[in-house]
Amino acid sequence: MDNYSQSNLIIAGVGGQGNIAASEVIAMTAIKSGLNVRIAETHGMAQRGGAVHSMVRYGKKVFSPLIPEGDCDFIISLEYIEGLRWLHYLKKGGMSIVSTEKRLPYTVSAGFSEYPENPEKIYKKYGSAIFINALELARDAGTERCANIVMIGAFSVFESFPEEDWLISIKERFRGKFMDINQKAFFLGKKAALTEVKQK
Amino acid sequence: MVKVGSQKGLGLFSGNEAIAAGAFEANVSLGTGYPGTPATEILENLVLYPGVYAEWCPNEKVAVEVALGASFAGYRALSTMKHVGLNVASDPFVTAVYTGVNGGLVIVSADDPGMHSSQNEQDNRHYARLSYAPMFEPSDPQEAYLMIKEAFEVSERFDIPVLFRTTTRVAHSRQNMSIEGLRKDREPLFVRSAEKYVMVPSNARKRKKDLLIRVRRIKEYSESTDFNFIELNSHEVGIVTSGPAYLYIKECFPEASVLKIGFSYPLPEKLIRKLAQEVELLLVVEELDSIMETEIKSLGINCYGKEFFPADGELTPGIVADGIIKAMTSLKQKSYAIGWTSSERVEKIPERPPVLCAGCGHRNLFYVLKKMRAIVTGDIGCYTLAVNPPLSAMDTCVCMGASIGEAHGFEKVQPEESKKKVVAVIGDSTFVHSGITGLVNAVYNNGKSTIIILDNRTTAMTGHQDHPGTGVTLKGEKTVELDFEKLAKAIGVKYIAVVDPYNMKETEKALREAIEFDGVSLVIVRRPCVLIEKKKKPPYYIDEEKCTGCWVCLRLGCPAISKKGDKAEIESYMCTGCGACEFLCRFDAIHLVKEKTDG
Repeated sequence: MDNYSQSNLIIAGVGGQGNIAASEVIAMTAIKSGLNVRIAETHGMAQRGGAVHSMVRYGKKVFSPLIPEGDCDFIISLEYIEGLRWLHYLKKGGMSIVSTEKRLPYTVSAGFSEYPENPEKIYKKYGSAIFINALELARDAGTERCANIVMIGAFSVFESFPEEDWLISIKERFRGKFMDINQKAFFLGKKAALTEVKQK
Repeated sequence: MVKVGSQKGLGLFSGNEAIAAGAFEANVSLGTGYPGTPATEILENLVLYPGVYAEWCPNEKVAVEVALGASFAGYRALSTMKHVGLNVASDPFVTAVYTGVNGGLVIVSADDPGMHSSQNEQDNRHYARLSYAPMFEPSDPQEAYLMIKEAFEVSERFDIPVLFRTTTRVAHSRQNMSIEGLRKDREPLFVRSAEKYVMVPSNARKRKKDLLIRVRRIKEYSESTDFNFIELNSHEVGIVTSGPAYLYIKECFPEASVLKIGFSYPLPEKLIRKLAQEVELLLVVEELDSIMETEIKSLGINCYGKEFFPADGELTPGIVADGIIKAMTSLKQKSYAIGWTSSERVEKIPERPPVLCAGCGHRNLFYVLKKMRAIVTGDIGCYTLAVNPPLSAMDTCVCMGASIGEAHGFEKVQPEESKKKVVAVIGDSTFVHSGITGLVNAVYNNGKSTIIILDNRTTAMTGHQDHPGTGVTLKGEKTVELDFEKLAKAIGVKYIAVVDPYNMKETEKALREAIEFDGVSLVIVRRPCVLIEKKKKPPYYIDEEKCTGCWVCLRLGCPAISKKGDKAEIESYMCTGCGACEFLCRFDAIHLVKEKTDG
């Protein structure tokens, strides 16, 4: 990104998927490039398996922690359909980076509503989109719990922050064994996104 | 002098972390509070600083009283709570404004416009007017950090407790910032003064007169503080605003002239008049109620606000932009444009409400209650989620502790011949907060209601804080554990049972007995929150051969169980092995994964 523009991200997912940790790793990496950061998070009642999101903004000067509708550059969806709730925020030329992990909301498993049949088509209607099998890659890295960092790895392909900074941020955010697993997860996500991009 | 680095570190601070950092630097000796979104993390961070004593109190009233005691003793004290917590604490708070302080006293009220995690969205700026307490309102973490330090200065300078109002977007937003991490020692001194600290009517009358004088002096401060400032740009429109709305205006209309109110009670009348003279049109952009707008109008100044901005919900950059555009179009016949346009929302996305976790003991209890068709008066906590389908097992929820009083009221007015089973459901932390007096009342007045304490050994919804029933303090020290059984016995409850909700048969039996009992009955349903339970149980699976697709297991609303074609399926990495579905399955289709692998 150049010195004058600003990047706006929405990380959407399900409570318990590591949404806040993901937004912190991105923010900490942006800070290392000398940028100012604001994050808006969801806490409390909204957790417990409900739909959650955080908004991350960075640039030379950032005012609001909330992203205006229509001004979002990236949607990172930690679950297959959660990003759909925020697609109307995406600006022209914006991009969705989507985990194909499905978590059925109760409303679906109980039969009140239907899980969208072809989310890929909807994402692509609003901008470019890539799809990452984050759950499988996370298992390869060592635990399902690092799927959020797989997605960060995928996102890193589209932002010009140095790889080293990403790894340091992960190191600062996670301790011990989990740090190694998360660094591995980051690389698996990055590789998967690069493969996706090359295929296009 | 003590110097510390950032507690969470890395230069990325939430509003709550920034308040804790600022309070430390302001030489706060004592912090108190009761957990409540979005205020909880202030105290959790403050306790980590050296030289600061902090504690969870059973409720906000006690929290303010403890802080007041420390202030009287000459030390600086901070009390933190969510907006509705100030209702509970309002009794000591309002009179403390009469007595004034000795050491600085600041009360943080974390409001929740939009009700992300609350039962109402009351605007606690009213409390400043009601009590005459001065009020600060930061827009972001950086400002919160600077303001909290100033708040203690103001408290001591004007001999008055200060209200510090944040909102969710301040408390739970983060930004990069740096802190000094320095604090200098100060010498506290308690001076006896019954006239000041003993609020009998004769003294209180004098203190009320003194309070009005103090408020006049504080008004002068409001005109001169750096936290109230005018940014003069376009003369076409001037906007008076406070809190995060200021940031939204800077985002949408950087060309507007703005009076940013950071110190919001008493309002700076001269600054308002100054801006009004400079601009052709004066707008007031405030979240929730029309407070500044009404006061500005009462000064005889023409302004517009709530015609264009909502009085409910949270403001966003989009809502603020829309309101300003509407105002400019209708009042100045001028069209404005902003730099972004949103698309149509995607339709038909299935809703994903929060649910009780897989393995949560609350689920089993509510399943039983639903089966018994009891009227359930509910309370505040994770268990309130039982109102959602498929459990749909809660009939009321108003405020902390209300369940017990409500059940008693229900019971007293129902005619004997058509009496329905009424059961109050309250969490362990909520019971300690304000359920005990309700229980005393029910016993005292010969009630017959059944009260269930859902004892999951923690304050779960706000992120697992300890309370008097857990036997651990905020500092992590062991302490006396409040014994609910003995307490109930002392109150005079004659039927007391303790059950494990994982044993649904026993739970149902105890509940039936309790409801039949002629008098107040108490059932303590005890099972530690599945998120704090360290011992993991093996998961279950569903035998496809045996599953008939009757969907009884789905009635639990467990997130680990879903439909897969015409059979049910358990997601093994989500299953915590509680066994509730196995108990309900009539076709012996649910078994431990362990049994499967053992052959």
